[in-house]
Amino acid sequence: MAEARKIPSPQVSVENEAFWNAAREGRFTVPTCTACRKAHWYPRAICPFCASDKIEWRAASGKGTIYTYSVMRRAKEPYAIAYVTLAEGPTMMTNIVDCDFDALRVGQPVNVVFKDTENGPPVPMFKPA
Amino acid sequence: MTIKGKAYIAGAYEHPTRHAPDKTVAQLHAEVALGALKDAGLSRDDVDGYFCAGDAPGPGPATMAEYMNLKLRHVDSTELGGTSYVALAAHAAEAIALGKCDVALITLAGRPRSEGQATGTTPRLRDPNQPEAPWEFPYGMTTANGYAMCAMRHMHQYGTTSEQLAWIKVAASHHAQHNPNAMLPDVITVADVVNSPVIADPLHRLDCCVISDGGGALVIVKPEIAKKLKRPPVKIIGAGETVKHLSGGTFDLTTSGAARTGPIAFAEAGITPADIKYASIYDSFTITVLIQIEDLGFCAKGAGGKFVSDGNLISGTGKLPFNTDGGGLCNNHPANRGGMTKVIEAVRQLRGEAHPKVQVKNCDLVLAQGTGMQLGTRHCSATLIMERE
Repeated sequence: MAEARKIPSPQVSVENEAFWNAAREGRFTVPTCTACRKAHWYPRAICPFCASDKIEWRAASGKGTIYTYSVMRRAKEPYAIAYVTLAEGPTMMTNIVDCDFDALRVGQPVNVVFKDTENGPPVPMFKPA
Repeated sequence: MTIKGKAYIAGAYEHPTRHAPDKTVAQLHAEVALGALKDAGLSRDDVDGYFCAGDAPGPGPATMAEYMNLKLRHVDSTELGGTSYVALAAHAAEAIALGKCDVALITLAGRPRSEGQATGTTPRLRDPNQPEAPWEFPYGMTTANGYAMCAMRHMHQYGTTSEQLAWIKVAASHHAQHNPNAMLPDVITVADVVNSPVIADPLHRLDCCVISDGGGALVIVKPEIAKKLKRPPVKIIGAGETVKHLSGGTFDLTTSGAARTGPIAFAEAGITPADIKYASIYDSFTITVLIQIEDLGFCAKGAGGKFVSDGNLISGTGKLPFNTDGGGLCNNHPANRGGMTKVIEAVRQLRGEAHPKVQVKNCDLVLAQGTGMQLGTRHCSATLIMERE
């Protein structure tokens, strides 16, 4: 268990502030296009698949599987960067936390957990299910 | 419309320095420019097109054009990260084919070693206006762990091993031993690589390239000028460039943009991967090489680990001699950008001017392949195919 790294704050913008407002309430949302019905990541105002601007922030299950990961051994406090494939479809960059780094594996099921940042909203991370 | 046969690389120069605390970045750019012009047998007054990328001081080409006092009628400052110079060689050929310039100069230089940049292991926020920044920066995305995630996925998907990746560094070291300027001139073994400290799982310290100062330059000219020069003519016959990214969260980290640029360049050149006698393959990390040689069709997707094992990249014994100067893995990686030196060593091979111990026999067709920026998120890829006349 190693979880001492200070997490930099995300840059909140007019395009993504709805996500961070939900995050402050502990809700994990995924941007989903009401025109083509696909969820995407990273979140943006224009759908990357069909170019519609009809994007909704939908409550997500918070469930996913590890697509790949890497433990940054060189860092003062090692941390695990990863891509997690969400149950809703897209794959997102994140950290895997609250776990034994040596036991991580590709394909492992994980659940979302919000972690505080230095002085911004909390960011979504994942821990083994 | 094609660039095939429309332009020739007439001059190529690699700065011998690997550590330049006594020189400025602008000075290094000018030194490599003059070196490449001298190699070509041309002078600064002959240059009418200037091409540079993000390493050139100041925004775009203006600062270096003034410093070198160039008189230009065509400029291009395309920023594609470390592969910029592979693409700029093609851009120069395009400009020459259209009559926009006759003598194109491309420069690269930088001093990350003197400036003490912890280049690969510290998260860097480059531009807060980048829309992906809030979704990556908090997670400690660095150069090393981004490439490491590609390696981890490749291992999961295809059974690739750390020992197989290590063979890429071993092959580079076999070449670097003959390069008096190489930063890592000692021949090493697979055990040396896998026993070196882990930087970011599964990449070890010796899976990474070196950090060096230095630079390089190319002079590319129209055929009429190339014919009057004394250097062996190196003809540009095919090129491709692209950006590969995360596609809205639907991506495969085991492939690179080379899967797109390779077929485009081979089609333009009218050849196949089997025709290539020597390949310069961008080598920021061992995994970078593995993924690109698969994507270019030198072996099947997923078969790269087996292909590079047992020294198949070593000149004289292997099936695909690569990076005979020692590459970024052992020789140098000026300005943290390996594209320029990839083209330069390919030119040496075509001219028959590589070190005799690594010179490929009957080397008439070569390829330079670059990957700029981050293989694990967004990267730029460029392929350049050249022929000896």
